[in-house]
Amino acid sequence: MTSVTTTPELAERAGGRAPRLGRVVWAPGRRHALPVLALLLVGFAAPLLAVIWFSFLPPRSFDLWQGLSLENYREIVSQTYYRSFLWSVGLAVVATATLAVICYPVAYGLAKLFGRWANLVTLLLVLPLFVSENMRLYGWVLFFIKGGVLQGTLESLFGVSLGTWLFTPEMIVFGMVYVYLPFMLFPMTLGVSMVPREVTEAAGDLGASRLQTFREVELPLAMPGIVIGCLLTFVLSVGAISEAKVLGGQSVIVITHDIEIAFTYAQNWPLGAALSVLLMLLVGGLVLAVLRRFDLDRILGRR
Amino acid sequence: MTGRTAGWTKALIWAWTLAIVVFIYLPSFCALLASIGASRYFAFPIAKFGLNWYEKTFASLEIHRLLWTSATIALIVMCVSVAIGFFGALAFARFNWKGRSLYQKLVLLPIFFPQSVLGLALLLWFNTLGLELSWRTAVFAHLVWIVPVVTLVISIQVYSFDPALEEAAFDLGASRWQVLKEVTLPVLWPGLFSGALFAFLLSWGNFPLSLFTTGADQTVPEFLYAKMAAGYTPMVPVLGTVSTVGAAVILLGGYAIVLIARKARSAHA
Repeated sequence: MTSVTTTPELAERAGGRAPRLGRVVWAPGRRHALPVLALLLVGFAAPLLAVIWFSFLPPRSFDLWQGLSLENYREIVSQTYYRSFLWSVGLAVVATATLAVICYPVAYGLAKLFGRWANLVTLLLVLPLFVSENMRLYGWVLFFIKGGVLQGTLESLFGVSLGTWLFTPEMIVFGMVYVYLPFMLFPMTLGVSMVPREVTEAAGDLGASRLQTFREVELPLAMPGIVIGCLLTFVLSVGAISEAKVLGGQSVIVITHDIEIAFTYAQNWPLGAALSVLLMLLVGGLVLAVLRRFDLDRILGRR
Repeated sequence: MTGRTAGWTKALIWAWTLAIVVFIYLPSFCALLASIGASRYFAFPIAKFGLNWYEKTFASLEIHRLLWTSATIALIVMCVSVAIGFFGALAFARFNWKGRSLYQKLVLLPIFFPQSVLGLALLLWFNTLGLELSWRTAVFAHLVWIVPVVTLVISIQVYSFDPALEEAAFDLGASRWQVLKEVTLPVLWPGLFSGALFAFLLSWGNFPLSLFTTGADQTVPEFLYAKMAAGYTPMVPVLGTVSTVGAAVILLGGYAIVLIARKARSAHA
């Protein structure tokens, strides 16, 4: 335990101030957690249960109280929805791997090299998070589109004209890499900053090459941050909806697109709910499996 | 000195980082270019520059309503999420209680959850409850995602907070309210402040949750998306540029305030 958290003793004393009767429910920690937990119960757990419930209703029904059926799941298995799942997962894996490679040098710089410039660089990289992602993706459309910034420049400078690169699966990955870069970078920076400088120096003093130090010292110690970054980007990319639409031009159907179609045009909420449940299982299982291994106090509090 | 990192490695890392920054801002720059063209359609190089689309955008009543809806949602979300997040962060990082580690993971769950699916789940849920969708339901939807983020942001500040300060104040006879007002809030305010900034800006820019939960009302990101899909109008880059610059001003302004306050405090001490 680090010294910043209260010792059980102190908590005990703080708790002692509350009336004895309500002590179990009203322990200070639990009491302060209550508003958040209430919100999550009503706004997160309940809606997810509603989705699960809906997924077992007969197709195309909106009425809650009907016989339950497995019809939606049967339809999903018999149709080609697995392709959308594979596309979603595949695109997300490629985006996550690309981001891990792209971000590592920057994370290293932010954590170890930039010194007082690190704040400014961080600020510059945080800023785009607050502009809606479809707007930022649209900027790329203006860049790549026929008669856009890239082609216009090439044509007027060199007289070269290219076909457009838009509306391909590669472009979707490009969009994901662009939009989710901060989500990889900042956890990674946190991870890299957890590697004590003395340890890498010691490795060097003991004759390890730069690569060896990286592989056997830095990487394992920075792993918690890197894993959290990968998890975040993967989850966000699997659930992404704008990239495939704005940049991909629906060249590929991803699972979120299928879900949206089921809810909107097809008006088949139970089918959409069943697809959502499968996506939730995939994402939730992964998140829980990874988060279980982490002590959040250590990652967030150690500064 | 930077230890063992050789000069050229350092230069390479700097160059790479700057390239990433350029990469991040390139589309905003393209939007800026598109917004200052005078013609109805975008073609590069721009034949004629002009601010006429800014005039048109800001004169439009539809845009006024959009900005108003987005701002209302973002302001309410900001106030509520900081209030809830403050207590949530104390439970997250300050108190030692049974179930805390589970609670921490529960708080993270909505952040790690695909927002489009969360939006749909909320749509189903509101429908089940028989609620009519409007900007009010969107406020709630934003809260589900933003409260955990704010809780996390404030928690990071709380981790560096020494509980002995509160204990000392209690021992000196301060009431609970006095301790909150005179000790806890002043120490935690940078965290609360950045939490508020995050809440406002994340709500302002949110698309996937708004898409499914605003009903007939429309926020700025929804409008932008609808226009992108339906056909180009220069109002899209205009609004995009305005919101980028707006976010920059708010964020840099907030950062400056924190810096100034920190300086003032250390001068005081």
